[in-house]
Order: sequence, then C-alpha cells, then structure tokens
Amino acid sequence: MAEGFALWARLRPYRAVLASRARSQASYRANFALDLVSSLLAALVELAEVWVLFHAVTRLGGLEFHQILLVFGLADLAFSLADLAVGHCDNLPTYVRAGTLDVFYLRPQPLLLQLVTSDVTLRRLARAAVGLVALVAGLATSDISWGVGSVALLVVALTSGCATFGAMFVWAGACQFFLIDGAEMTNAFVYGGRYAATQPASVWSRPLKVVFGFFFPMAFTGFLPTLRLLDLPAPPWLPTWLGWCGPLAALWAWAMALLCWRWGVRHYRGGGG
Amino acid sequence: MSAIVETDGLTREFTVRDGLRRRRLTAVEDLTVRISPGEAVGYIGANGAGKSTTIKMLTGILVPTTGTVTTCGLRPVKDRRRLARQVGVVFGQRSQLWWDLPLRESFRILAAIHSLPAAVERARTDELVERLEMAEFLGTPVRQLSLGQRMRAEVAAALLHAPRLVILDEPTIGLDVLSKQRLREFLVAERRTRGTTLLLTTHDMGDVERLCDRVLVIDHGRLAYDGDLAGLGRATGAERVLAVDLAGPSADLTGIPAARHLSSEAHGLRQRLAFDAEATTAARVFAAVAERAEVLDFTVEEPDIEDVVRRIYAARR
Amino acid sequence: MTRVYWRLLMAGFRRQSAYRLAALGGLVANATFGLLKVAVLFATVRAAGGEVAGYDVGRISAYIWLSQGLLGSVNLSGRTDIAERIKDGHIAVDFLRPLDVQAAEVTAEVGRALFALIPRGIPMVVIGAVVGMALPASAVSYPLGAASLLLGIVISVAAAYLVGVAGFWLVETRGLQICYMVLSGFFAGLFVPIRLFPRWLGLVAQATPFPSMLMYPVDILSGRVGPGGALALLAAQLAWLVAVGGLGQALTRAGRRRLEVQGG
Repeated sequence: MAEGFALWARLRPYRAVLASRARSQASYRANFALDLVSSLLAALVELAEVWVLFHAVTRLGGLEFHQILLVFGLADLAFSLADLAVGHCDNLPTYVRAGTLDVFYLRPQPLLLQLVTSDVTLRRLARAAVGLVALVAGLATSDISWGVGSVALLVVALTSGCATFGAMFVWAGACQFFLIDGAEMTNAFVYGGRYAATQPASVWSRPLKVVFGFFFPMAFTGFLPTLRLLDLPAPPWLPTWLGWCGPLAALWAWAMALLCWRWGVRHYRGGGG
Repeated sequence: MSAIVETDGLTREFTVRDGLRRRRLTAVEDLTVRISPGEAVGYIGANGAGKSTTIKMLTGILVPTTGTVTTCGLRPVKDRRRLARQVGVVFGQRSQLWWDLPLRESFRILAAIHSLPAAVERARTDELVERLEMAEFLGTPVRQLSLGQRMRAEVAAALLHAPRLVILDEPTIGLDVLSKQRLREFLVAERRTRGTTLLLTTHDMGDVERLCDRVLVIDHGRLAYDGDLAGLGRATGAERVLAVDLAGPSADLTGIPAARHLSSEAHGLRQRLAFDAEATTAARVFAAVAERAEVLDFTVEEPDIEDVVRRIYAARR
Repeated sequence: MTRVYWRLLMAGFRRQSAYRLAALGGLVANATFGLLKVAVLFATVRAAGGEVAGYDVGRISAYIWLSQGLLGSVNLSGRTDIAERIKDGHIAVDFLRPLDVQAAEVTAEVGRALFALIPRGIPMVVIGAVVGMALPASAVSYPLGAASLLLGIVISVAAAYLVGVAGFWLVETRGLQICYMVLSGFFAGLFVPIRLFPRWLGLVAQATPFPSMLMYPVDILSGRVGPGGALALLAAQLAWLVAVGGLGQALTRAGRRRLEVQGG
C-alpha cells in the first residue's frame, strides 16, 4: 500500500502535465466538438469501407461480416486508445523545431517518458467509441462460448494490442530523428499497420505476411485473437494458439521501438550516449 | 575547490551536406576553460561563433567530438538526469513553461518534476514571485504574457530548484531598459545570497558590464579572450561613443581631448564622438561639448559585441 | 498575363523537386497501402466468383495501382496554402496583386500536382504493370484518360480551395479540413470503387464532385469504361469544374469584401 502511494507520488510530474494538456484541449469547446466529429467520421468511414465489401460477398478471408467486425473492433479500439495516449510521438519534428526536445534534456527525467507523457489526444475518444461499438456488435452477433478463458483472451488481446500500437508510434517518432520529412515513410507502417490490423490476415500476400505478420506484428492485435476466440480454422502459416501471444508481439514491438529510439537519440546528440 | 565547469580541448564538429559534397564544420574548437563556483562569467561572441553549441555540450544535449567536459563534477551526457537537478538553464528562444496554462501551474509542475517537498516549493515560489514581482500575472496563461514578464518567469522557472549553476542564453534580448535592469539586479542578488554560479551568453555589453566579473570571448569556435572586463577593454581598445543632439547647426566638434569626431548629420545638429574609456569619461567629454555648443539631448553608445570581437581577433593576429 | 500564370505553374513544378526524400517516403506509403488494398480487394473479387460490379482481378488491380499513383497529384486532403495565408493575414497582400487569387492558387497547385505525377505516379503504374493489370481496350482511351486526369486534378484543387476559402468566415478550418479529407477519400472511391457501393450510397457519392476527381480518370484509364462512356464522364467533369470553380470565385469575392469591411 505504501509502495503504491510512493509510486503515485513519483508520477506527480507526469500526471500534472497530462492533466493540464487534457484540460487545455477540452477547454476550446467548439474546436474540440468539431475535432470529435471529424474523428468519429473518420472511424465510421473506415468501418463503412469494410461494410461495403460485404455487400458483394458473404465471406472474406474465410470470415463473415460479424466476425470481421470483431477483428475490426479489437484492432481499431486498441489503435485508438494507443493513439490517444501516445499518438503525438510520431510528431517528433515539431518538438525538435520548437526546441521542446532540448528542454526535455534539461529535466531530470527520462527523455522518452517526457515525450510520451507530454500530451494526450482526447479527440481520439470518438474513434475509440466506434471501435468499441464494432467490438461489442461483433461479440454480440458471434457464437462465443463465454467463460473465464474468453474474457481473459479479450483482455489480453486488447491490452497487448494497445501496447503494440503504442510501440509503433514511438518507433515512428524515433525514425524521425533520422529522416527529414520522413513522416510519410513511417505513416506507411503506422497507419498502414492499422489498416492491415483490421483485415483478415488470410488474404495477405507473402511480403505483407512478413511485414505485418511478424515484423510489425499487426496480425496479433485483432485477427489472431478473433480466430482463437471463435475457434475458427487458421491459415497454415499461423497456428491459432498465437491468439494468446499478443503480449509477446507487444514485447517485440517495444524492443524494436526502444532500440530505434536509442539510435535516434544517439544520432541527435552526435555520438555515443 | 572543485570546478563547476571544466572543459579540456572541447571540440565539436558537424557534417554539413552542401549539395553533393559533405563539409566538416567546426563549431567549437579546442575550448579549455575552468569556472569556479560562485563566478559570474559572460560568454560573448558573434552569432554562429559557437556559444549555443558550447552550452549544449555543457548540459548534455550534444556529445563532444573530442575533448572532455565536466559540469558540476558530472559527465553531462552520461549523468544528464543527475546534472539536471543541479543546473538551471534559460534559453532565450525556447520556453520551459507550458504555453496555455496559467503561470502558477507551470511552477507547480516544475516543482513536481524536481520533486520539491511541498514546503520548499511554497517557500521558493513565494520568494521568487516576490523578488521578480510576478504576483500580478501568476494567473495569466503564459502565451499572453509580455516578453518582459515571460523572461522573468523563465528565470524563476530555471531557479526554482535552487541550482548550483545557472546558464542564461540571451536572457535580456528584446527587453526594455527597465526590465533589463530589474532582471540584472535580481541575478546579482541571487548570486550574493546563494553563491550561484552564473554563465551568461549575451550580445548586450550592458549585461556583461553589470553582471559579470569574467568574460570569455569566442570567435569562430575558438576562445579568443579569457579574463576580466577591464582587461577586455584594454585588449581591444574599444571605444564608447557619445551621440549629441545640438540646439542649432554647428561646426564639427573636433579638438576635444581624448575624443575623436566620428560623424555629423543635418549640418551638425547630430554629432557622434568616439572616446577611449580608459583615457576619459563620458561626463568629461560631455562637459567639453557643452562648453562649445548647446546640447538638447545625448546618448552614450556601448561598443557592440561584433566590434569587440573583431578587434580581439585582429589583435590576436 | 498568361506568362505570369505559366511562371506560377513552373514554380509549383520546381518546388516539388526539392522534396526528394519525402517523395521516397510517399512511394513507400503508396506501395504499402496498394499492397494492402490488393490483398483485400482481390480476396473480395475472388470470393464473389471472379467478378464484382464489372471488376475482375485485372481491372481491380488497375484500379488500385492507378489510384495509388494519382494520390500524390489529386488533392484529397483538403489542405491548401491559401488556408494558411488567410489565417495569418498575408492574403491581404495577395488581393493587392493584379492576379486573380483563385486562379493563381489553383494554377500553382496544379503545377505541383502535375510534377508529382513523375515521382509518385509512374512508379505505381510500373508496379501495376509488373504485378499485372488490365489495360484499356481502345487506344483512344489514353488521350481521353489523360484529359480526364487533368480535369480530375483541377477539380480536386478547386474543391480544396473551397475549404481554404472558408477561412474567411471560420477562425479554424482544421476541423473542416479533416472532415473533408475523410469524406473526399471515401466518395472519390479511394479505398473501395464507387460501383461497389450499395445503390443509395452510390447516389450520394454521385451528388458530390469527389468521384470526378479520382474514380472517373481511373475508370477510363483502366478500360472499365469505353470511349463512349469516357466522353460522358468527361462531360460530367466539365460540369463539376464549372460549378466548383464558379463557387470558388464567388466565395473569394465575398471573402475579399468581408476582409475590406473588417479592415483586413
């Protein structure tokens, strides 16, 4: 109990900054409302793109619409929550240009932690709402044998999905140390990754399998947990027990992100360190 | 007594891509300097001479290419976080405060960042607010503060955790005369009460004269002068300039002892005279001018930094 | 007077060549999204028995790679330079010049867009050719397609201009611009061809200028519509261009009056 309290106290500076950023965003009411609407619209359009396809077919990648909803819901909700918390990280050039990164160096806290806690993007809540609705709809319309196991699977999938997407944003930020105007390159894998994560991985070609199946482990955020949860047959190259391996995927993603971050910081400082 | 700042052969090079070729640019070269606790050092040089790069190496933002640097007994790059607790920096162009929050929120967050106990935070904040006269705008969002108010807030933010070393990068730039004076007085008082070491980069000779007992001049990355202010004047033979506005057109004011006539405008209504600060004083020159013509108004111009630096450079050759 | 606009076109052209690394990043992004679209849409076509709404695998491949190639040129983001200039007030200077503000902005942007066809359009077409895509049956489809492409680009620039010009009345156009970006991509058929939409949604799309920006040129160049159909599409594009351009001109004038009344 005492340790928990001490931890809470140590988190004071981070809490203070986050709370202030949240308050600041919510205070510009009209703008915030418009931001929420546009975020909501974006999520709805993405869902519509999947829904439109099912007007032509009944099965895609071996999954029916309500099952795809589950994949979409899990992946999109995890992405939205990660975007809410750390989405600002891939905007590193802005921090460098404003000199904010240098100010981070002058504070007695780890650099990455300062960057991650420096902002929160509240408007992503609207996106998350759409993901949540899709997830619930998918769960409601699918034949799931509910029990401790399935609930645990959902929780594990969602949290490790958030962690994986969070790592993607940090990785993108780290790459910006090397790339000038390199936002599009990282967007390809961050937002492309989101797009990939909402697809059934069974439709992927070989290069996609390598990139989004293993390197940026997108398949672990929605598709594989769905297969496991619904007890569906999996493609030959991805056994279904991988549905539980979300945490491993998250660890791998964070290892990659932290390594790139170290390289990036070293490059910024011009030498070892 | 251990030094606050100690550098040895500090060098920093950059690779610049110039079209297809790559050039190596040396920003700081072979800088060897020792600053003792409690000193007030002015660090002057032309734009691009290497001042900011030096500061970045002192605080751990940049890694030296060769040479070593020790700040407060720590290695800036390796022990960055420990060092951050002992150093306070005011970057003239970058803000440490939170833009859209009221000023007092910034102080609260900074106190949390430096893990100041509540009592210390309260006492220190009150002290800084009182001495820098910030009470009236504590509740204003930082982005609405005037430049003078913001600079005071930045200095307070840098000093909140009572650091041993305070580095100020162009702190008085753009400030009006009164604000400059207040800020300088505060810094002098802070040094007196706490023995804080001060390292100040500036373009303003007034800052240097009123705040620093020691001056480092950097020119194209190399240390050109390290000593006190008087020695600087002697080394450069820099002159001050008295500009007078006369009541009526007048002939050129030549023949004033230890002064030489520089220029006249509008038939001698406005004239500028340069005088050697070692040989005479502004008051004496002014008195001599007043004997010859009726003076409406006058200003005394300080030698500008570029001029001083240029002279040092020329003197070294 | 035309010389001035020509210079603006060239300036827009030249500005793009400076951003080479960004172009490479854009290529990677385009190729990645292209491959992902291929995965989903090929699976859709196959699951539908080899053909859906007139698209077989070859035609859908052409649709994907052509639209990815056009992404760098067709403005579907709603972002414009003029939005920034209105926000910081420099627009007042622009009004003092003897150039029509709308024409100048559109010309410069079209120049930029045309240049972007080289680094971003051609590689996508090459990928498509390598991977395999359908080509138009008739040779006359190529010039018709090129004309349609040019019209599509101009319409997209003119429509984005409308978003920017809204800045005369709205303090912050960012929310509007994001909504525009979301809807324009969807209704231009960027991720799913319009023909696949359910009937009512397809009608909604046709009521907007967005399909004319991307879908029409792609349909002509992929051979999904023959020369006859192409002419009909070109006519529709011209109509939209007049409508959007006219609205832009009216809004520019109204915005100028508003500025003058407010004292800039």
